[in-house]
Amino acid sequence: MFTAIFGSLESGIIYAIMALGVYLSFRILDFPDLTVDGSFVTGAAVAAIMIVNGGNPFVATLIALVIGFLAGCITGMLHTIGKINALLSGILMMIALYSINLRIMGRSNIPLLNEETAFTTVSSFWEKLGIDPILNKGLELIGLGGSLPSTWAILFFMILVTLMIKFATDMFLKTEIGLAVRATGDNKRMIRSFSANTNLLVILGLGLSNAMVAFSGALIAQYGSFADVGMGIGMIIIGLASVIIGEALFGTKTIARTTLAVVGGAIIYRIVVSLALRVEFLETGDMKLITATIVILALTVPKMIDSHREKRRKKQKHKEIMVDLPMESGGEQRAAAK
Amino acid sequence: MLQLNRIHKVFNENTPDEKIALDDVDLSMKGGDFVTVIGSNGAGKSTLMNIISGVLLPDTGMVRINEKDVSLVPEYKRSKLIGRVFQDPMAGTAPTMTIEENLAMAYSRNKNRTFRKGVTRSRRAYFKEVLETLHLGLEDRLNVKVGLLSGGERQALSLLMATFTEPAILLLDEHTAALDPSRAELITNLTKEIVAKYNLTTLMVTHNMQQALDLGNRLIMMDKGQIILKVDEQEKKHLTVDKLMAEFQRIRGEQMASDRALLS
Repeated sequence: MFTAIFGSLESGIIYAIMALGVYLSFRILDFPDLTVDGSFVTGAAVAAIMIVNGGNPFVATLIALVIGFLAGCITGMLHTIGKINALLSGILMMIALYSINLRIMGRSNIPLLNEETAFTTVSSFWEKLGIDPILNKGLELIGLGGSLPSTWAILFFMILVTLMIKFATDMFLKTEIGLAVRATGDNKRMIRSFSANTNLLVILGLGLSNAMVAFSGALIAQYGSFADVGMGIGMIIIGLASVIIGEALFGTKTIARTTLAVVGGAIIYRIVVSLALRVEFLETGDMKLITATIVILALTVPKMIDSHREKRRKKQKHKEIMVDLPMESGGEQRAAAK
Repeated sequence: MLQLNRIHKVFNENTPDEKIALDDVDLSMKGGDFVTVIGSNGAGKSTLMNIISGVLLPDTGMVRINEKDVSLVPEYKRSKLIGRVFQDPMAGTAPTMTIEENLAMAYSRNKNRTFRKGVTRSRRAYFKEVLETLHLGLEDRLNVKVGLLSGGERQALSLLMATFTEPAILLLDEHTAALDPSRAELITNLTKEIVAKYNLTTLMVTHNMQQALDLGNRLIMMDKGQIILKVDEQEKKHLTVDKLMAEFQRIRGEQMASDRALLS
């Protein structure tokens, strides 16, 4: 049980970077960008092929980020210069990337076992620090000694990386260009009248979004020790699920709060899925069904709770007002007489 | 300051729906001119505004701002020189962003946007200062999302955002038409104040004849894509709504088509 949750924490915080990318396109730019399904794999493919050919894993991950940026820019150009519908331009780029990803990898699956990845490098450095035994002792003390995690390095390293990206995103969205990107998603006509080139801003926004997605894909490939051409299927829904769950649970008052909510949403999504998979009759193949169910629940339940609360409040108010009416009190007296 | 030469614009050319929106329009404005534009629906007033702002490009003709030919300059580049307020109070602001963020975007209109912070401490102080001129108490609500403001407040903010960076041209497209009479009056007065303060070269479309007479130093009347009447500074001082109506009937020889024009 603890191992499962620990694993979800690790992968959740890696997927959180992808979710931040989806937040940028879906919420900030108001652009339902399906490129994500392709660019996630592109990131994984670029990193994997460079790593198996002996490249530095950190450089490989950064190059994956740049390639993801380019993929997003192309989607943006299809939409702005080609004037193709937003959904369609994402879908076109997604299927184009499927073939491109196969070309990059040369085959449909690249295993990364026994290769030096970003995480093996970080873990061996971490081991020298000798923090693991202390943390594990702590776990033993609170009675969780049965299943100790092999390393804490990935978790701490990823918390650092993801938070850095989160704060960078927050800061970017407050710059002059960032404000213009947000306004592009909010009111294109207005920001154009304030001399912003909305086409360029859409392209930039989608580029940044897919850069994060590809970066996350590159890390997931190294975390799971393989890159597979099918690993991006449904990624956009997982991203959306994280955004929606996060917003519903943690609120959207400010930008900084929302990005933190998205990171939280990604982690919670992973935990829910891993718990759901522990249920006897559910199989790994049911993942997508579970995801769909989670998204549906996250979309409907908060609304239902709100409207239920509102109804009860109104009923209460109605009752209070009706009590004061003389006609109502007359009725009560008659009822009492009976 | 602003010159329009022989502007021609046709919509849906070579189809049964063909409509001549602007027919050989000439207009010249000096610095500090405030021209009010009246005319019935479909007269071409909005098309004229869109041609000036670059939302639409003219089929033929030339638009010059500050003696420079901007006929083919795209909208976003031309916006560096032009401030605009739209009819719809929702159109001029970004609703999910705060008042200070909206002002920061407007502040960048005539500058290049960079990766510097949009709202800095010194800018915030400046925004407060300009908001105070609206007398709506918005200076104490800098962090409120604009979507939560009323229509009148949003329109006042739009007006401020369009003007406080002192554009070469200010375009007002029926910017009080969607407001109730008291809010409309407030915005009208603010417009008068702000235009005088910055001495802005202004073009204002309105359906309200009285407003067209009260504001500005010149007036033009449009009909069927043409400017049918130009009133200069001297004549405008003695103009009344009745005289304006009589003039229109004399030129066109027909009742004014728009009910709105009659009612106002």
